[in-house]
Amino acid sequence: MAKTKYTKYKMKLDKGFVGACGGEIIHQMLMDQGVDVMFGFPGGALIPLFDVLYDSPIKLVITRHEQGAIHMAEGYARATGKTGVAIATSGPGATNLVTGLANAYLDSTPIVAITGQVRSNLIGNDAFQEADMTGISRPITKHNFLVGSVDDLGRIFAEAFHIASTGRPGPVLIDVPVDITVNKLARAADLTMRIPGYKPSLSGHIRQIQSAAKVINASARPLLYVGGGVIHSEATAELRAVQEKGQLPATTTLMGLGALDESNPLALQMVGMHGSATANYATQECDCLIAVGARFDDRVTGNLDTFAPDATVVHIDIDPTSISKVVKADVPVVGDAKGILAQMVEFIEPTDRTEWLEKIADWKKRYPLGYEPGGKYIKPQSVVEKLGELTDHDAIIATGVGQHQMWTAQFYGFRKPRQIITSGGLGTMGFGVPSAIGAQFACPDATVIDIDGDGSFSMTMGEIVTAVHHELPVKFIVMDNEYLGMVRQWQEMFFDKRYSGTVHPCPDFVKVVEGFGAKGIRVEDPAKLTDALKELLDYNDGPAVLIVAVDPEENVYPMVPAGKSLHEMELGRLA
Amino acid sequence: MKHVITALVQNQPGVLAHISGMFAARGFNIDSLVVGRTEDSELSRMTIVVVGDDTVLEQVRKQLGKVIPVVKVRDFTNTENVQRDLLLIRVHAPSEKRPAVVDLVNLFRGRVADVARSSVVVELTGTEDKIEAFIDLVRPYGIRELARTGVIAMQRGGRK
Repeated sequence: MAKTKYTKYKMKLDKGFVGACGGEIIHQMLMDQGVDVMFGFPGGALIPLFDVLYDSPIKLVITRHEQGAIHMAEGYARATGKTGVAIATSGPGATNLVTGLANAYLDSTPIVAITGQVRSNLIGNDAFQEADMTGISRPITKHNFLVGSVDDLGRIFAEAFHIASTGRPGPVLIDVPVDITVNKLARAADLTMRIPGYKPSLSGHIRQIQSAAKVINASARPLLYVGGGVIHSEATAELRAVQEKGQLPATTTLMGLGALDESNPLALQMVGMHGSATANYATQECDCLIAVGARFDDRVTGNLDTFAPDATVVHIDIDPTSISKVVKADVPVVGDAKGILAQMVEFIEPTDRTEWLEKIADWKKRYPLGYEPGGKYIKPQSVVEKLGELTDHDAIIATGVGQHQMWTAQFYGFRKPRQIITSGGLGTMGFGVPSAIGAQFACPDATVIDIDGDGSFSMTMGEIVTAVHHELPVKFIVMDNEYLGMVRQWQEMFFDKRYSGTVHPCPDFVKVVEGFGAKGIRVEDPAKLTDALKELLDYNDGPAVLIVAVDPEENVYPMVPAGKSLHEMELGRLA
Repeated sequence: MKHVITALVQNQPGVLAHISGMFAARGFNIDSLVVGRTEDSELSRMTIVVVGDDTVLEQVRKQLGKVIPVVKVRDFTNTENVQRDLLLIRVHAPSEKRPAVVDLVNLFRGRVADVARSSVVVELTGTEDKIEAFIDLVRPYGIRELARTGVIAMQRGGRK
């Protein structure tokens, strides 16, 4: 466990916590884990614990809503790789964490969520603000605990942080009855973890690694398919080495963005429903698909029956359940991508694949990601493209969910891991505002920008108040088309333009955010876009919001219609 | 196809709900699920009969292994093993039919656990096939009530 500093904190606990109350034990465990900031909201069941936190050097960020708290914790975790901590009271406070837990579970984000619970002797009685959180969160957490005694508290916190951050990371919930935060520990606590069933396999089997290399060496048209696992594993350099040695072209999932420098000629950008045409064609024509830390999500594969029909599949993943769950792996390698790729590079032979690489280069030339410029409206894609240039492709970018998210994935030009913080698996609208704030807490000196849509932004914009309170220079760009654009696009394409429920009248966002205490800017004229973006980027006295009125009926292309094969994508205006 | 899988789990509150919930959420089809104590007071054994092909079974095994309190998963497919199911069945057996019912019980090496004026409660252990054969044979007499534990299993020979 990490050494801690007790600069401000007055108490140093006895090794075995004897005489300490539950709240103090929790606090000490958080300190020992190196937690420097946590996000939450108080409530009845948390009062004794918050009393302990009053004197703590840990920064306690109080949000406007518990969902904001857990998304901030996720943003913090995604930007750093450290475990994010969220805290909410029993009942409604705890249930407000549910979306964030499910989001962190699908995106493998290390989170420890602490929830207050009613007094132990009231559990099961439908007490005031009681909800069965271990029951509710079971399918959306990696693990959860209901603390039964103050004796177990230290051990459970040790186990929770260990489980959340190792193997395939994920959220862990600890439900703490309020009496346990008050009770004092009478005899020394045993912090030895008791999780004999938790043994994530980290090192890959050498023979599997060799077979994988053999299959790759023998292939004429290999393709790396890189997911978020590479980011979690911090395996970017190892991946690059394998890629360069074997001259292997590579595509990423949404979660894998940043694992490849997109300016590299071997990078084909994102694959899948809104992936680049090059990535999708390459997937369909490759003879060897090497999945690394990716899980063949339906938004990636399209129609499974025709997905990558000629490919021998190599699948490297730390989670054995991901392997052969959707697509049968011919060569499975279970373990941590970093170590596996480091070993694999030895066995990769430099191979001449000029023909394949030329074909890819040709696709890239013929079907670049693009859009039709001009017209009286600002094109949303141009906003992202311009932002990429102005920030040197180096900012931390959070997003909401929808069209703006896909344009961000397509046009920013990501260069390095942990640069994009987006809700990939669950597709949680409203993720952008709080996750950007969380990332800014984690990286105070970085430029953090939430690229959002008017729909997603509306859901959680209240958290800007939190950013104002903490004087964070987070930046928000809202692509305002007064539609719920992604669903509207489907309605336009597949439902006769019957825009049911997707017309989305917006308030005067500038006034709203000014009311919050943030800077508000609005731009409608394409000629003024660059200046508006510069004004946003130059403002560092607190949060700033740029509302961009964009072309209201712009669509995201390419698009693989649901159930179609990757090569049957609609290219839109590129075709 | 039916497969017998056992999972050694830590004795903690919620572990049964966790596993049954996982099965339900992932759409796995359970034929029976038995939980009982083991020689180790901190561990219980779950024996689960799952219906599905090899791909489903592989996922079942892996998903079980992923549940944190699950310490060990064992698949009994293609192994030499002993499987037992326990049946309690109340059969309509007025005095004139009772000897015939008791005969069947004896043939199956079962036991009459309770006798009432017009019925008997029979206890019988064996493989699922044997239990089902017995149920079929007593059905004409009239089954008043039936309860089964579901299968538990253990490998034959020395412990591996």
